[in-house]
Amino acid sequence: MNTELITQVAAFIWQEADMLDHGEYAQWLESWTPDGLYIVPIDPAQTDFANTLNYAYDNAEMREKRVARLGSGESISTSPVPRTVRDVSRFRVLSNDGTHVTVRCAQNLREFRKDVLKHYTADVSFELVRSGGSFLIRRKVVRLINSTDTLQGIGYIL
Amino acid sequence: MTNKTDAQQALTLGDRVQADRVHTSLYTDPAIFEQEMDKVFSSTWVWVAHASEIPEAGSYKNTYIGVQPVIVVRDRKQKVHVLLNRCRHRAATVCEGKKGKTNSFVCPYHGWSYSLDGALRGVPHPESYADQLEKGELGLVSLRVEEYAGMIFATMKNDIEPLVDYLGPAKKWMDLFMKQGAGYPIKVAGEHRFRFPGNWKIQLENTTDAYHFPLVHKSFLSSVDKQTEEMLDFVGGSGYVEDLGNGHSVMVMIPQLIDLEENLDAPIPARFAELAEQLRAEGHADQEVRRIVRAVGGSGFNLNIFPNVACSMAFFRVLQPISVNETEIHHAVITMDGGPQVANQARLRLHEHFQGPMGFGTPDDSEAWERVQKGASAGKDLWIMLNRGLAGEKPTPDGRASDVSAETGMRAAYQQWKKLMTA
Repeated sequence: MNTELITQVAAFIWQEADMLDHGEYAQWLESWTPDGLYIVPIDPAQTDFANTLNYAYDNAEMREKRVARLGSGESISTSPVPRTVRDVSRFRVLSNDGTHVTVRCAQNLREFRKDVLKHYTADVSFELVRSGGSFLIRRKVVRLINSTDTLQGIGYIL
Repeated sequence: MTNKTDAQQALTLGDRVQADRVHTSLYTDPAIFEQEMDKVFSSTWVWVAHASEIPEAGSYKNTYIGVQPVIVVRDRKQKVHVLLNRCRHRAATVCEGKKGKTNSFVCPYHGWSYSLDGALRGVPHPESYADQLEKGELGLVSLRVEEYAGMIFATMKNDIEPLVDYLGPAKKWMDLFMKQGAGYPIKVAGEHRFRFPGNWKIQLENTTDAYHFPLVHKSFLSSVDKQTEEMLDFVGGSGYVEDLGNGHSVMVMIPQLIDLEENLDAPIPARFAELAEQLRAEGHADQEVRRIVRAVGGSGFNLNIFPNVACSMAFFRVLQPISVNETEIHHAVITMDGGPQVANQARLRLHEHFQGPMGFGTPDDSEAWERVQKGASAGKDLWIMLNRGLAGEKPTPDGRASDVSAETGMRAAYQQWKKLMTA
């Protein structure tokens, strides 16, 4: 087992998680390749995301718009801003060709807004591309374990 | 002489719906909710599915009429049945899962099995009944089902008027809405499902509420191009809301998008320029490109069909009451069955942009409705005001109409509510 690689990808993914929990969206937007996709599917078994309905299917333009909306103060569902704390763990490298690394991990996120504490558990897959001494995200797929259930508004980035 | 409040005067149900207002208890009283399940949802036509959701023999969908679980299923002869999802033995549901395909329904508890039309086919170990089990009497309860423009409705009230009579002038708008297939059959290709802590009628009202759009959806409007933002600046425009009878109404926001097969020579909006290029590159002729692109953008109106479904610009909005203060909503995306992949992808992305728990629109609607329910617990003698646009309301061949942000559609729905609840 390549523990050095696991340490590298975990450090990168923890950094991303920390950015999202602390609203460092400008830096988060720079963590992507230009063709990167942030996807939250409905059907956990789905692989053809482009041709199916998702909760989110964000290219660079949509990611920027999502970030702009969260910080705009124009949306009553994100004012007040939800507070989130997420744990990411159970990293497993699925493939690594020296340039691209595919890694799967578990994410447990707690959200608090107004008077409600919510809990979202997800399987998250990353396709990372080596860049400098670190990585860029080419694809992030967040498969909520209750994605087929009725959900309420999620006013932040999973 | 005491000055009695409305509540002290013990308002009848009929009193609680006035021409220009409804009483707050319609959102908050659990006893009224119980009566609605019987007098509204069990006494009229209720939408259960679009035909494309059960495409083949054996295809089924589980849904609810009011709070009662039902199965919508297509049998081997392509006939659609709507069956109460309850074994006639000891009541267990015989079908689970949102959608699927099956040859029969078998109760998991004791194994009673039913055919796709609901008939009781067999029971394990029948000898104990000594040939006295009336199998012909013990099929799954089958409801009356009728269909218009691919939309399937069922009713628990067998002697009700035919569906087409109930829909009346709404039929014309359903036909117009289906033009967003651009010549291809309309296909429901998934849905966003969410719940909000509020009464179902709050959502019913919202489908014909143009007034909230620029305020609640400011963050969405900030995320679209200038041309689209101007198109969606319809409050104060030349649109209108029309009461179509039987609780149905239409809100026309963008009059030039009523008929998607007209105005095909109009310039293609900037946001669809790339899609148009892709379609041309795939070999579609110019008129076909224009027709598809126009359909992708959706219709310029919301049609509210009482009590539980709407044809809303580019999707079906379905509401399902859960309790007096909880409602489930489905926003079903519509695609062109067999249509160009790039066009359907565009429709999916447009749907994701606004709808669903991570959309730029739905969560803000949901928040506003939640606030309505919360606020409605204050001042229990107060009224919900629905008098906007009343002064300008005028008769039309199909009913009555007023300006685009009038509350005419809500008044129409509540008058139908009153008719059913006081019948």
